[in-house]
Amino acid sequence: MSAQPFVFLGCIDLKEMLPYEARDVRELLEVIGRVPIESLFCHTAAALLHRSALPTGYPNDFAHWTGLAMGDQRLAERLAAIDPFESRSLEQMRAELVATISDHLQHFPAASPVARAEPFRFFQAHLVPVPTGHQARTLREFRDALAEVDLSALFYHLIEARYRLSRGRGDFAEWVAAALERPDVAERLAVIDPYSGSLERIRDRHLTVLTAALDEGSR
Amino acid sequence: MTSTVSSARLDDYRQVAPRGAVDLLLRLGERLKGRRLVNVSGSRYRGLTIEVLNRLVPILNDLGIDASWEVTIGTSDFEGVTRTVGRALTGTEQVITDAMVGRLRDVCAENARRLRLDADLVMVHDAAPLLLVESRAGESRWLWRCHDDLSSPQPQLWNVLRPVAQRYDAVIFSDARFAAPLSVPRFVIYPSVDPLSERNRDMSRAEQAQHLDRLRVPRDKPFLLQVGPFRRSHDPLGVINAYRLVKKHHDVRLVLPPDPQTEMNALERGAAIVIHKPLTVGFGIDVAAAMWKGKPVVGSLAGGIRNQVIFGVTGYTVETVEGAAFRIRHLLGNPELIGRMGAAGREHIRRNFLITRHLGDYLALLALLTK
Repeated sequence: MSAQPFVFLGCIDLKEMLPYEARDVRELLEVIGRVPIESLFCHTAAALLHRSALPTGYPNDFAHWTGLAMGDQRLAERLAAIDPFESRSLEQMRAELVATISDHLQHFPAASPVARAEPFRFFQAHLVPVPTGHQARTLREFRDALAEVDLSALFYHLIEARYRLSRGRGDFAEWVAAALERPDVAERLAVIDPYSGSLERIRDRHLTVLTAALDEGSR
Repeated sequence: MTSTVSSARLDDYRQVAPRGAVDLLLRLGERLKGRRLVNVSGSRYRGLTIEVLNRLVPILNDLGIDASWEVTIGTSDFEGVTRTVGRALTGTEQVITDAMVGRLRDVCAENARRLRLDADLVMVHDAAPLLLVESRAGESRWLWRCHDDLSSPQPQLWNVLRPVAQRYDAVIFSDARFAAPLSVPRFVIYPSVDPLSERNRDMSRAEQAQHLDRLRVPRDKPFLLQVGPFRRSHDPLGVINAYRLVKKHHDVRLVLPPDPQTEMNALERGAAIVIHKPLTVGFGIDVAAAMWKGKPVVGSLAGGIRNQVIFGVTGYTVETVEGAAFRIRHLLGNPELIGRMGAAGREHIRRNFLITRHLGDYLALLALLTK
């Protein structure tokens, strides 16, 4: 089979501080409503890029700050439940964040911040894509390369592509289905949940699916 | 003048960097081959900035980037002025006169005529060469790399220097908390540690023992290590008081090195728990150096320590002597946590605070800001 090769790209992200800050939940609500959409990407989906492989609490920066700096666990849990990968667009996610915080403030308006709490500082991530030097033409080559590439390649092909470029399943599943004509494997890759866990864990899950598919093929 | 101090090459970092990271850097370097980057600092001999440049500049050249490092020169009174200005920028009250600012301006103008600043990207480090930008010419992009905490500068001085900082194309801070409001883009790039440096390289148990013997640190019981220098600003008395509270329950020693260059590699590797409890500090990258040796850290909330210590995962951040004592007791009482947090800390540093990440950030800046 001479499939179109899959070229693995990684990325390096540079964080730019924006001139927006929130000192309490009301300000957070107000600023989320007007920051550039790229900033919401930075604090939700892109938070995965630097998330530790170990449990560190909440999966996005808004939930993390609300829980720790504001001491508002109830709101933190609700914000953590907003899955950026289920939202159809970043604007839809913005609407979900705004609706969740607004609803919370209607019921719990008196929540006061922890003393000497750090403000929430808004950032924007600049991604510089970089070839990893790895490419694959077969499922085996794909599995082997995936085991070796920098973790940022998983972010670039699974998160960046899926979310910002509207590739619903991410590049991996798309390529396996289209170039290798293995929709069954693509389907199993597409259901791996990127929201819970770290990129290292996501890599492990992909490798498990691909190794199983290779084992099935060799039987 | 290009630095040739370091002999480490990028390939040497494969054994310590995250999987695939070195390949990514090599590819990005290939893409940027031939671009010119000049770093400018006020010294070639002091501080963490210098240590990092000593390593980064040769590696950048290995990658094909035309990287150089220039140093501003002034007379001894100029060095005094830059130290005073540096302290004022970090919020310590200083007497700053118009003559001092004038001296800063004149020396930078003289250096601008002498230094080779013709590059795609000029990265100016810290306060001493800040005013070089007043002589910028041509197509070069200029960055100010502010390593210090600029969150509460002395207003009288900042009123003069803020317009100067805004003549740069962007400013880089080491921590979001250190950033001053500016009208130009502000990036945040964390400092880093070099895992192959003398301070951080791997060391056998026998070699560790030799160093500890030389320092007369007995190995008959576990010891706690304070990594900050023995200065009031690093609260050694607070650390001693925390130790006294711990000592009631656990038979341990406390080691307070006179300065942070004292064979810290062996000391950190030999310690059970590392303490870093400054009242004020810059980024406090010493914490990352200790975590790289697989040690849990009990640290204060000062500076960038909270960026390095993930509470309950790689150690604990505390606000009081009692808090430090309680967390140390908790760790000593649960020794399995010491190993687990130490391992988690090393991985956290591997991904986020090694010089390979720092190199990637600088290459990304070069890619983003120059064409």
